Amino acid sequence: MPDSMEKSSVEPGFKEKLASYAAVVQAYAEPYLALPNDSFKKTVAVALALCLVGAIVVSGSAVILRPLQAWNKSKDEKVNILEVADLYQKGMDVEPVFKNIEVRLVDLATGDYAEGVDAKNYDQWKAAKDPLQSEAIPATKDIASIKRKPKYAKIYLVKEGNELKTLILPVNGYGLWSTMFGFIALEADAQTVVGMNLYDQAETPGLGGEVVNPKWKALWKGKKVYNFTGKEFHESNLSEKGQTIEIGEVALGLVKGFVDPAKSGSEYQVDALAGATLTSRGVSNLVQYWMGKEGYGVYLAKIRNHRG
Amino acid sequence: MELTQENKKVLVEPLVENNPITLQVLGICSALAVTSQLSTALIMSLALTTVTAFSSAGIAFIRNHVPSSIRIIAQMVIIASLVIVVDQLLKAFAYDVSKQLSVFVGLIITNCIVMGRAEAYAMKNPPWESFLDGIGNGLGYSLILVGVAVVRELLGSGKLLGIEMLPLVKDGGWYVPNGLLLLPPSAFFLIGLIIWGIRTWKPKQVEKADFEIQPAHGVVHGEAH
Repeated sequence: MPDSMEKSSVEPGFKEKLASYAAVVQAYAEPYLALPNDSFKKTVAVALALCLVGAIVVSGSAVILRPLQAWNKSKDEKVNILEVADLYQKGMDVEPVFKNIEVRLVDLATGDYAEGVDAKNYDQWKAAKDPLQSEAIPATKDIASIKRKPKYAKIYLVKEGNELKTLILPVNGYGLWSTMFGFIALEADAQTVVGMNLYDQAETPGLGGEVVNPKWKALWKGKKVYNFTGKEFHESNLSEKGQTIEIGEVALGLVKGFVDPAKSGSEYQVDALAGATLTSRGVSNLVQYWMGKEGYGVYLAKIRNHRG
Repeated sequence: MELTQENKKVLVEPLVENNPITLQVLGICSALAVTSQLSTALIMSLALTTVTAFSSAGIAFIRNHVPSSIRIIAQMVIIASLVIVVDQLLKAFAYDVSKQLSVFVGLIITNCIVMGRAEAYAMKNPPWESFLDGIGNGLGYSLILVGVAVVRELLGSGKLLGIEMLPLVKDGGWYVPNGLLLLPPSAFFLIGLIIWGIRTWKPKQVEKADFEIQPAHGVVHGEAH
C-alpha cells in the first residue's frame, strides 16, 4: 500500500490521470443516472454500485488495519500471561521478558508433553471447538460448563536458566453470563498459586466483572491448590512406572465472607466476589475442573513427582 | 464552511429541544448497555456520532438517485459499511475499549437514531446539512449517555473513568456502592427521570393524551354515595 501511494505522489500528471478515470466512470454512470429512479435498470445499477463501494471500503479497512489488530491481540495475550505470572509492570516492553518463557503443549489425558505439534501457533480455544482436536465432556463431569475440552493444552513455562519457576495454565469456565477465559499460574511445586487472571469475560460490570479487579486478583497469591490426604491408594491417583502418584483433591475455591488467614484451611480459600454469587461459583468450578483429573491434575502430579 | 442560522439550529436542536433519546425515545438499547462505565459510554458516543454524521452525509449525497423500492437497504449498506470501518478502527487503535464494547459497536447498524436520521433528514436535505444533523443528533445521544454513565459509574462503583472518587467501604472507605446502578434497569430509571425533568422544564414536549379519562358518572367530588 505505501508503495503505490509514494509513486502516485511523485508521478507527474497524476491529477490528470485521476480526472480521466473520473470521466470514464462518469461516462458509464451517466446513462443510468439519467434514468427515472424507479426503473428496473437503475434500481439494479444503484444496488450494484453501492454494494461495490461498500465492499471496497470494508475490505480495504480490514486489510489495511489487520497488522495493527494482530499486533494488539498478540500483545494483549502476552501482557495477560506476564500479569498472571507476576512479571508485568505497566508500560514495560513485553518481548524481552517473553524470551524466558517456553511454550509447550500438554496432552491432558496422559499429562505428558506432546511432541511434534507446533506449539507456538496452536490455539487451545479454537481446538476446543474442533471435533478432531477435542472431546465432548460428559455432562456429569462438566462442572465448569464448557461442553468440550481440547486434547492438548497450551501452557507456558517461565524458566530461569534451566530451572522451572512458574507454570502458566490456561483455563475457562462459565460464570453468570459468559464463558470466562483466563490463566492460573502456579509455582514450580505445582501447588502454590502465583496468580489468577480472567482476561476475557462479560460478567456484570462492578459485580461479577470485579474478577478483573487487581485487588481481588491479588488475593490468590500464595494460596494452595491441593489437599493431599496421604492415603496409599486413592481413587484419583494414578500410577507411573509402577509407582503411585497422588493427584490430590482440589481444595482451592471461593468462600463467602471474610477469609481469616489465622484459621486452618484458609490457604485454600479466596474471598468470593460481593454481590456475584453465580460468578463466584463459576470461578470455583473452573478451578475445580481444570486443576482436577480432567484438567491439569495428571500433568501437575507428574511435575511434582519428577521434582520430589 | 460557515454555519448559517439554519445550520446552527440543526446542530443545537437535538441537544435538548429534539433530543433523540429523551423526546424521540430512540437508541435506548445501547443507552442501557454501555452506560455502566463512563469510558465505554464516551467511546460509544464518539462512534455513534461519527457513523451518524458520515452516513447521513453519504446518503444525502446520493439521495436523488436512490430508487424508493430499495431505499432502506441502500441506506443500510452505507451505514453498515461505516460501522464496520469504525469497529475495525477501534480494534486497531483502542483495543481494550473495543473488547468492552464488543457487540454494541456492531449494533450501531440497527440503532434507530442512525436509521431515523437517514430516513427523516438525509433523504431530503443536502450533504452538509445532513452531516451537521448527524453531528447534532449524535451529540444529543452523547449528552444523555454521558450523563447516565456518570451517575451509574459514580454511585454504582464509586469511580469515574476508572479513577476512585468515593472510597468504598470494602477498601476501607465510607461509601457503600449501589449495586442496582450497575445493572441495565437502572439506566431505564435514570433516562425516565431525565425525560421527566426535561418535560417539566419544557412543557411543550409533553404529548397530548390520545384518550382523556372522563370523570365517572354520578360521582361528585368529596361526597361518597
